[in-house]
Amino acid sequence: MPEVNISGAATSLDERSKDLRRSVVRMLKGGGRGHLGASLSLIEILRVLYDDILNFNPKKPQWAERDRCILSKGHGCLALYALLADKGFFDDSELDRFCRKGGILGGHPEFSKVPGVEASTGSLGHGLSLGLGFALAARMDKRSSKVFVIQGDGESNEGSVWEAAMCASKHRLSNLVVMVDYNKNQSYGSTSQVQDLEPFADKWQSFGWAVKEIDGHDVGELKKNLESVPFNFEKPSAIICHTIKGKGVSYAEGNLEWHHKSNITDEQIESMYAEIEAAI
Amino acid sequence: MRRTCLDIVFELAKKDERIVFAGSDLGHGVLEDFKREIPERFFMEGISEANVVGMAAGMSLEGKIVYVNTIATFLTRRCFEQVVLDLCLHNVNVRLIGNGGGLVYAPLGPTHLATEDIAILRAIPNMTILSPADADEMTRLMPETVEHQGPIYIRLAKGYDPVVTDPSTPFKIGRAYPMREGKDALVITCGICLGPALEVADRLKKEGIGVSVLHMPTVKPIDVEAVVENASRVKAVVTMEEHTITGGLGSAVAEIMAEACFDRPIRFKRIGIPDIFPDEYGTQNSLMERFSITGENLEFVVKGLLQNAKG
Repeated sequence: MPEVNISGAATSLDERSKDLRRSVVRMLKGGGRGHLGASLSLIEILRVLYDDILNFNPKKPQWAERDRCILSKGHGCLALYALLADKGFFDDSELDRFCRKGGILGGHPEFSKVPGVEASTGSLGHGLSLGLGFALAARMDKRSSKVFVIQGDGESNEGSVWEAAMCASKHRLSNLVVMVDYNKNQSYGSTSQVQDLEPFADKWQSFGWAVKEIDGHDVGELKKNLESVPFNFEKPSAIICHTIKGKGVSYAEGNLEWHHKSNITDEQIESMYAEIEAAI
Repeated sequence: MRRTCLDIVFELAKKDERIVFAGSDLGHGVLEDFKREIPERFFMEGISEANVVGMAAGMSLEGKIVYVNTIATFLTRRCFEQVVLDLCLHNVNVRLIGNGGGLVYAPLGPTHLATEDIAILRAIPNMTILSPADADEMTRLMPETVEHQGPIYIRLAKGYDPVVTDPSTPFKIGRAYPMREGKDALVITCGICLGPALEVADRLKKEGIGVSVLHMPTVKPIDVEAVVENASRVKAVVTMEEHTITGGLGSAVAEIMAEACFDRPIRFKRIGIPDIFPDEYGTQNSLMERFSITGENLEFVVKGLLQNAKG
């Protein structure tokens, strides 16, 4: 593998990225809780997918020819909800009812409740097998749909991920793309300490995937690479996105305290808005 | 029964393009006709049950009807969370075909004995559990699984079990089948326990003891009405199953009877595997005897309960 040194730390946030982060904070205010860090690392990945890559129709969420996007790391759902609301899959007033009785947006996304959510996730290590099934079905039905699975780095500890990885390469599923949000932190600590994934890119490559590593906050890089998938017409594609957990709220960046937060106060909400405003 | 079941999957797949077969690492040559004639819908994905079940769920979300087959323990214990979340939470049309339900793999020991499969699957919303008695019933059952909405677990017994079901009765998921009528006791069974139950009923009839037999090939959703109606007419109810007595057919019947609030007491007993891991090898039959899942014990239990009922 080529040597890479991509941290995502220096990547600046434009107004669109800031707006989406404001939606995340709006949901945190609504629910008083949420996985902030794991959602903020994802914003640009999902933004580029929904703005520039995926074919979909929010008025017909089940349109057969659409591309599929599964958020396998379901705890990052604040980012997904921000994009789905932005695209009009549901009314954005739902954002204020995050995790509340009567709302449709739970702490993990549910297929049966939220238009645009392709599969219920939350327990880790399920999304890639589901996506594999989607991709095989697309092949059987001769549809050109692509399937994107967004996976966590901590999630990659799960053995089922690697069962699915082997299976996808056996089937040469070039219509399947996994994007790993490699923010280097999981719940207890850094991925290097809890269960080191390195050499991570080599692992995917040795499992038969075509692999690229990029800055997961660099919108241009994301777009350029996503437009070029599949990287190999005989292989599924893996994009390891180097990201910052909590990106855009300085005190949450790489701070394990902000992996999940409950009892969030109004002062903390105001502080997060200010942080996003000031982020460069 | 297994051969019949898989052959029907192939026949159904020839007629219905939605039907897909997926296995883990089955015996050499299994469904080779299917693989040869419809290779694009035949998947043998290795010893990776979590992935196979998740993959099947994904296909089913796209409109496929996926029949997944491997040994029952691996299809229930190993990938339980995939069964709960990927199959049942999404309520998809995946059919799990579990080889060796109960004590079939007696020589192989507890790792291969599916002794609590019904209990753990019964606890999951949306799951349907089928436990037919013989290959003929399997033949009637399988076509019914195509259009059924939601996941199904099909529990396979050992092959070449004697045919004891009635070929003239059409199979309907969720329905109980009264097989004998008698006014003294009711025996409720699933799977291959129907055979000995019928023998006991016929034997006791000659002794002047009337035994009803209710066959429950659908353990979930259980036919509550049939249980209550048939139980209300007798003095004693006995369940018999090739499964732990914790959480299976016997428990399901006990729950119904406890809530039925009969206006007179009805004696009740579950026959099945006690709360231990099977501790012997041998044959399916020898383990059934070890746990007294036999016609002889059933007769003893029925007579005992009726004796007590008189007292």
